[in-house]
Amino acid sequence: MIHVEGLTKYYDNFCAVDHIDLDVKGGEIVGLLGPNGAGKTTTLRMLTGYFQPTSGDIQVKTHSIYEDPLAIKRLIGYLPESAPLYKSMIVYDYLEHIARIRGLAGETKQKRIAQLADMCALRGIMHKTIDTLSKGLKQRVGLAHAMMSDPEILILDEPTSGLDPNQIVEIREIIRKIGREKTVILSTHILSEAEATCDRIVIINKGRIIADGSTQELTAGKGGDRHIQIGLMGVTAEEAADRLKAVPGIAEVVPMACDEADTIRLNMVCRSESDVRPDLYAAVKATEWVLVELGREAKNLETIFRELTREN
Amino acid sequence: MRQALLIFNKEFKDYFISPIAYIVIAVFLIVTGWLFFSTFFIFDQADMRRFFNLLPFVFALVVPIITMRLFSEEINVGSYELLLTLPVTFRDIIIGKFLAAVAFAAAMLLPTLSYPIFISTIGDLDWGTTLGGYIGAILLAGSYAGIGLFASSLTRNQIIACIVAMVICVTLAIVDQMLFFFPQSIVDVITFISSNAHFSNIAKGIVDSRDLLYFVSVAFLGLYATHLSMEEK
Repeated sequence: MIHVEGLTKYYDNFCAVDHIDLDVKGGEIVGLLGPNGAGKTTTLRMLTGYFQPTSGDIQVKTHSIYEDPLAIKRLIGYLPESAPLYKSMIVYDYLEHIARIRGLAGETKQKRIAQLADMCALRGIMHKTIDTLSKGLKQRVGLAHAMMSDPEILILDEPTSGLDPNQIVEIREIIRKIGREKTVILSTHILSEAEATCDRIVIINKGRIIADGSTQELTAGKGGDRHIQIGLMGVTAEEAADRLKAVPGIAEVVPMACDEADTIRLNMVCRSESDVRPDLYAAVKATEWVLVELGREAKNLETIFRELTREN
Repeated sequence: MRQALLIFNKEFKDYFISPIAYIVIAVFLIVTGWLFFSTFFIFDQADMRRFFNLLPFVFALVVPIITMRLFSEEINVGSYELLLTLPVTFRDIIIGKFLAAVAFAAAMLLPTLSYPIFISTIGDLDWGTTLGGYIGAILLAGSYAGIGLFASSLTRNQIIACIVAMVICVTLAIVDQMLFFFPQSIVDVITFISSNAHFSNIAKGIVDSRDLLYFVSVAFLGLYATHLSMEEK
């Protein structure tokens, strides 16, 4: 559906997006994930034709962004961050204006507006000025704007930013509903959101793609370090560290801060594929120490994200 | 072209949503009405020439106020992003906004039609000349609107857009009265770029294709520069 090749964008000397290659199939919900300033918005703006890439190509279906930007704009519905709508218009007039520009007229136009009003729960605010709406309501109007022509591709830039938890759930539900038939690309820096809504997650940092896959694929970890925490009583940290280092599979033992007196906590970095917890337990059992805690940090999206996007 | 008309429609309606439109119209009518009629009876001539003579300067102050918001506001609010991601071309956007500004200027001139109607009751008014004057006035507004639109596309600040456009338009309006300061060799050129010099022919009732071409060209240059400025962003 969307084919991106070597996409690059420079702002003067600053490289915001650096040779991104991306293929999005029809019907996927793709989450662009990254810290602030990673290049998510810039990438989306190039996809929607708002920015011209410095180099590289974007193809949507068979249309190239250079040859037929208008055809691409017809296929894409876009909701920019913070939904910058015309403030002085009332919601109904605004949607009607957009419907006309999207080429809808007469009966179909009225039907589509009514449909979207139900879908995005806009019934009660149709005759309010956009200026007077709260952020969440504006976001919903923006979503209706993006979906006006029932586009094949929906691009949403941080669709849930600034919303309250109930609104977030609502918007996510709408996105998932649309995502069953349409291709959706959304950007976010909220991990749980990407996890909850997306089939596929693309992590961007400093303008480059650093990970790409489904949540399962990413959390499966592809090797990497795993962390095990252990809490012990009746032993000093140094003594415990010396002994536990000998357990096969443990690469590193680092004492951690602990609030309780008499208790020590250690963080162990484990580099083996197999589970080392039985060996650890056996090693502790052979001593007089009291084991109060033994846990493995589950490798969730959050830890992966932090590992990948950390400085250096 | 359909898209351009839709944008025209939206922009034109937008003018009448905000109170600024009514203020601008009121001020325009008061200023031109007062300046025109304060000397009208002294000259004892039943024509609109003195009214039309006011326009190059008054429009140079008023048209930039009309055009200043067209792009600046959108860039500032961010709706520019939505506009550009809709299936419309730069040309549609520019033509739509330009026509909206010109139509607003025409709406502003509409009440002044009462002047020639009034004059025709007390004297013998040449309607052909008057009509020519009004057509010229709309072309004049168009050329200033082209400049104003360009200024608006340069910045997100409406005040800056307004002042830049005013400076250019006022320069065009008064430069032919400052020929004294220019060397003899370029006086002809300066006269040629002056909107006042071209419009004074129209005000006299002489509709010359060269003058019309001048206004059309200035408008076109303004719109073309706007297009370049949009591409640059």
